[in-house]
Amino acid sequence: MKFNWFHFSSPATFYGLAGRLTPWFFALALVSGVVALYWGFFETPERLGGSNPQKEYYRIIFVHVGSAWLSMWLYLVLAAWSALGLVFNTRLSYMMAVSVAPTGAIFTFLALVTGAFWGRPSWGTWWDWDPRLTSELILFFLYVGYLALHSAIDDARRADRASALLAIVGLVCVPIIYWSINCPDPNQCAALHQRSSMAEIEGNILFAMLALTFSFWMYSFGTSLLRVRSIIIEREAGTSWVDDQLELEARR
Amino acid sequence: MQHADARLQVAALEVQRGDRRLFSGLDFTLVSGELLHVRGPNGCGKTTLLRALCGLLLPQAGEVLWNGTSIRRLGEEFTRDVIFLGHLNGIKQELNGIENLRVAATLDGDQVDDAAIWDALKQIGLAGFEDLPTMVLSQGQKKRVALARLLLSGAKLWILDEPFVALDRRAVALLEALIVAQVGRGGLVVMTTHQEVALTSGTIRTLDLGGPVRGG
Amino acid sequence: MCIVRRDITLAMRRRTDILTTLFFFIIVASLFPLGVGSEKEILRFLGPGVVWVAALLASMLALERLFASDYADGTLEQMLLTPQPLSVLVLGKVCAHWLLCGLPLVLIAPLIGLQYGLDGTALAVMMAALLIGTPVLSLVGAIGAALTLGLRGGGILLSLLVLPLYIPVLVYGAGAVTVSAIDLADVQPFMALLAAFLILALAFSPLATAAALRISVE
Repeated sequence: MKFNWFHFSSPATFYGLAGRLTPWFFALALVSGVVALYWGFFETPERLGGSNPQKEYYRIIFVHVGSAWLSMWLYLVLAAWSALGLVFNTRLSYMMAVSVAPTGAIFTFLALVTGAFWGRPSWGTWWDWDPRLTSELILFFLYVGYLALHSAIDDARRADRASALLAIVGLVCVPIIYWSINCPDPNQCAALHQRSSMAEIEGNILFAMLALTFSFWMYSFGTSLLRVRSIIIEREAGTSWVDDQLELEARR
Repeated sequence: MQHADARLQVAALEVQRGDRRLFSGLDFTLVSGELLHVRGPNGCGKTTLLRALCGLLLPQAGEVLWNGTSIRRLGEEFTRDVIFLGHLNGIKQELNGIENLRVAATLDGDQVDDAAIWDALKQIGLAGFEDLPTMVLSQGQKKRVALARLLLSGAKLWILDEPFVALDRRAVALLEALIVAQVGRGGLVVMTTHQEVALTSGTIRTLDLGGPVRGG
Repeated sequence: MCIVRRDITLAMRRRTDILTTLFFFIIVASLFPLGVGSEKEILRFLGPGVVWVAALLASMLALERLFASDYADGTLEQMLLTPQPLSVLVLGKVCAHWLLCGLPLVLIAPLIGLQYGLDGTALAVMMAALLIGTPVLSLVGAIGAALTLGLRGGGILLSLLVLPLYIPVLVYGAGAVTVSAIDLADVQPFMALLAAFLILALAFSPLATAAALRISVE
């Protein structure tokens, strides 16, 4: 059976697929989220040892790390859909990019806020121009820039393509920006932020972190698909299949 | 100067503006010595079609072919052969007529000396206004400066969007003469206008957006 | 090149544009001591950063004008229809823009630096860094200017898009001046990085800007 890769690249067919998949993703998100939180609260030690012992509040690390990872991953996804859209000129790619962006921005914001909450009790300040946190802030600006550009342009096609180009330019610049923040003095590029490798993290904590990250990931699938469905309906408003679909849903 | 044979072809063209599909499945071919008159009510996509023919607009589906090759792939070879006059004049306010035409000619890659530019401006009816910054000229005069480019350009394909707007009777007659001459030379002209142009040679074809292409 | 000459001629006929950028730079740089206090030590410490931020902001304001008038009178779409490669034309425009808006900043900067109590070597380093850095700002900013052509709220939106991309230049440009006070030899890697940015920007930004222009002119 030949699988037609482009079968689902039409908004009409994708709409149906997205609708069927969305509940599954949300379910997975919920389940793994509950597991992660349970694990995080009950199966992990009461304090984080090491050079800077932290008490119960360290548990916020699960949310912080998970959302930070997602924020970076989703930007890659955003840039990938943008690139696909520019290369193949497919409407759906642009719609997917636009759906992913708000979720990415939310996770970035969450990472920043949880970072601040974590920093306050453990290092005594709400904000510290720590390179990682600063890079996260810049990433937030990149997301906001994408969303702002897209909403500022009335013509949907131009909006899609302009913000797609911006996403790609941003992606190219992200390593440079990250590098310059991490290493502002090329003469002495010491690690300004204690880097702990994955292997050193205690098993239970690691599991909780990964589980919550997975949950966030499923959640982002769910919201993106949900969002893309409403974008599809809105954009394709004049076509016959949309009218049929709306009738169908109204009857239900 | 007689233009060599050329062909403009449009295949299954579909163009969107924002989320609105203006037209789809458009096919036609235009060859040397033909004028295509694009007609239709306001908002049906005439300007959009012309911009798609120039390559300014990326169509949703289909292709525009120049001498058998897609204009996307031709790039420079196509732009050398085409001149587009749209709603905006494409001239700088602060420069005078001579400077504007000189810049335009240099960018177009045409070797034009100043004498030819003065001559063109005289022909188009702007004698005595050549060295004034165009911002002091009237709408019609500004349009004439833009039209003077047609005199200086060696392009085979003219794409003109409402070229008769703001022109007085004499200028209208002048432009008609230019178009007739271009078609007579074997050039191709695509235009939108509410004015009928009578040709002395070559064929006029009409395209009613929403209807089939008619010949004769 | 034709475009460079054209743009400079145009600017010469509207001289106010160049001067406003310059004065903006001076005013912003002068605002800081008023807000922060005029203690010499603090000013000397802040000096490099402040001058750079002021240069960034001034540069960004001037960017709006890069394509705006060409877009409005139709000359921009004509540029898309010439046989010349669009990236070359873009490079020409950015070049003219830098000569008119960036270079004056480089020349005036030492005066501002004196206001902040920077010494001779620091000023020299600052000029050199700005000389290499401001073209990068113009090149990268051009992408933003092309994307936001003709939009409402264009200037603010442009700043939002472009400022994050300016950060590396800011970090290393200001860093170079700060480090020069400690040890002049340390300045070299900063300059090398700035030069690398310039080369990258020269290579890629005209292409990205050309693509952005095509999108915006549709």
